[in-house]
Amino acid sequence: QGKFTLLRDSRTDGSFLVHHFLSFYLRAGCKVCFVALLQSFSHYNIVAQKLGVSLAAAKERGQLVFLEGLKSCLDLLFGEEEQPGQPSPLQFLSTSDLRALFDFVRVSLTPADGDSWKGPVLLVDDLSVLLSLGAAPVAVLDFIHYCRVSVCCQLKGNIVVLVHSNEDSEDEENELVVNSLCHHSDLILWAEGLATGFCKDVHGQIKIIKRLSLRQAAEQDLVQIYQYKIQDRNVTFFARGLSAAVL
Amino acid sequence: LVFTEEDKYGLYSNLLFKYFLAEGIVCGHDLFVASAKEHPDNILKELPAPLLDDTYGKELGDEAAAVKSEDFQDSMKIAWRYQNLPKMEASPTTYTKFGHYYDASKKMSPELCQSVKWHSFYLHEELSFKPKMKTCNMNSGYAKLLQSIQRIISQEGFDGSDPQKKQRNVLRIGIQSLGSVLWGDDVCCSDAPEDTHSLTKFLYVLRGLLRKSLSACIITVPAHLIQNKAIMERVTNLSDMVVGLESFIGSERETNPLYKDYHGLVHVHQIPRLNSLICDVSDTKDLAFRLKRKLFTIERLHLPPDLSDTVSRASKQDLAGSAKLLSSGCGAMAIGKKHLDF
Repeated sequence: QGKFTLLRDSRTDGSFLVHHFLSFYLRAGCKVCFVALLQSFSHYNIVAQKLGVSLAAAKERGQLVFLEGLKSCLDLLFGEEEQPGQPSPLQFLSTSDLRALFDFVRVSLTPADGDSWKGPVLLVDDLSVLLSLGAAPVAVLDFIHYCRVSVCCQLKGNIVVLVHSNEDSEDEENELVVNSLCHHSDLILWAEGLATGFCKDVHGQIKIIKRLSLRQAAEQDLVQIYQYKIQDRNVTFFARGLSAAVL
Repeated sequence: LVFTEEDKYGLYSNLLFKYFLAEGIVCGHDLFVASAKEHPDNILKELPAPLLDDTYGKELGDEAAAVKSEDFQDSMKIAWRYQNLPKMEASPTTYTKFGHYYDASKKMSPELCQSVKWHSFYLHEELSFKPKMKTCNMNSGYAKLLQSIQRIISQEGFDGSDPQKKQRNVLRIGIQSLGSVLWGDDVCCSDAPEDTHSLTKFLYVLRGLLRKSLSACIITVPAHLIQNKAIMERVTNLSDMVVGLESFIGSERETNPLYKDYHGLVHVHQIPRLNSLICDVSDTKDLAFRLKRKLFTIERLHLPPDLSDTVSRASKQDLAGSAKLLSSGCGAMAIGKKHLDF
């Protein structure tokens, strides 16, 4: 309850984690607001079906609010003039102001009458795209902060956000956002490519960092490292060096 | 969205670009060609001609037969671990039915070019046209291009908006040299360009258009000119597939004997992971390309055997044998490669 989880990937694609959390929260009966900036609805739908959840059905019954960034941006640019009372959540493309996006999130997760869902969840894929689209890093951090206050504290929900980063990245704005978020996260799942390079059987390693030091002053963060291999319908995790290919 | 980083002189990336368009014509897809450098009409005149099944098959057949006779190996004695690896085919000797092959030395016939509907966008002809869409602070050249693409997609029904249209076709979009100075973007000129977001916003909107319609797009970008690496990283994140071409022209690799068979390297930076948790990762990541007289092939990079004097006796025999042939005209000496060391 009220947790902020940061999904981070370096030198590999961490989107399998996003798919996992999406189907996990939907199966748990939570109301999910998914801000999908990089891929289309059908992409997530097809993968979710392999994982056993139907996004279309969840949308029908109001459990899932899906913001398809790519589609909204086309509506914004090529569509007719928007109504004054309903600013598009992607307005920041022209105004660099993320407030409309935040309002969208807040409105979709505020429980309506008759809603019987367990805690609200905000899922964002992925935050680094906001920087590419003209938002300033401070604006992105403010947006996350507002979301935390609203979703985690007021509504007692959870937030899961995906960001990309690289160790030798030259994208300073992105690194600023990622480092700042790392400091404020309760849980960090960091998917990395293997240091030794590409391997067919082990797709990468994942570091799970439980930030106990946030809640209690004397505690140390708990770090666990596993390696993983992604298959068509699931992901297998195993201890380092114990991949099935080696044993 | 296939993003290609151009090689230094643009020779090979242009070739790849033309192959994409030619494939579209042969498959009957519609084309959309955009450029700020060359007029699209000229680009289309230069497309390589497709190789017809029988001629190519015959050529390959001869080559393959020659290769097979030399290549006979029963079993490996020393490197037996490698025995279990599948026999690597460096070049496509088996004619698979996916895609077509092209003859780089011949031009595509005009009748074939005209057989599909194609649209063009030449930036310098569109200068006076004011974009109707909200530009969102994007470079006006990009905005016009997006508007043009969107117009074609909705007019021709590639986005499924016209339910009457039974025959749905694919639109192949090719954009040449995006991000170069000719498009009005200074991303290639300076480290801190004025507008860091135009290119990435353009790619985002383009991605949206592609996802919404039956189209595929290849973009070539002079990546070696972009000094701001942050933009390259963002652009990589926004594309489905990123391929870089590095040609050996003018670099020290040209004379490196390791690379003597090839004209350049292919770096695959990213492959698409669409509609699935996994992506199709190939076994090898070292790819090189070469432009033979007629064919442009991309193959696994394999190093030629190390034929230095200190290593192998076979080369010594060759050298000695040919020296003997040259020096004495005597037939008895030049029997075989047997080299008797006295």
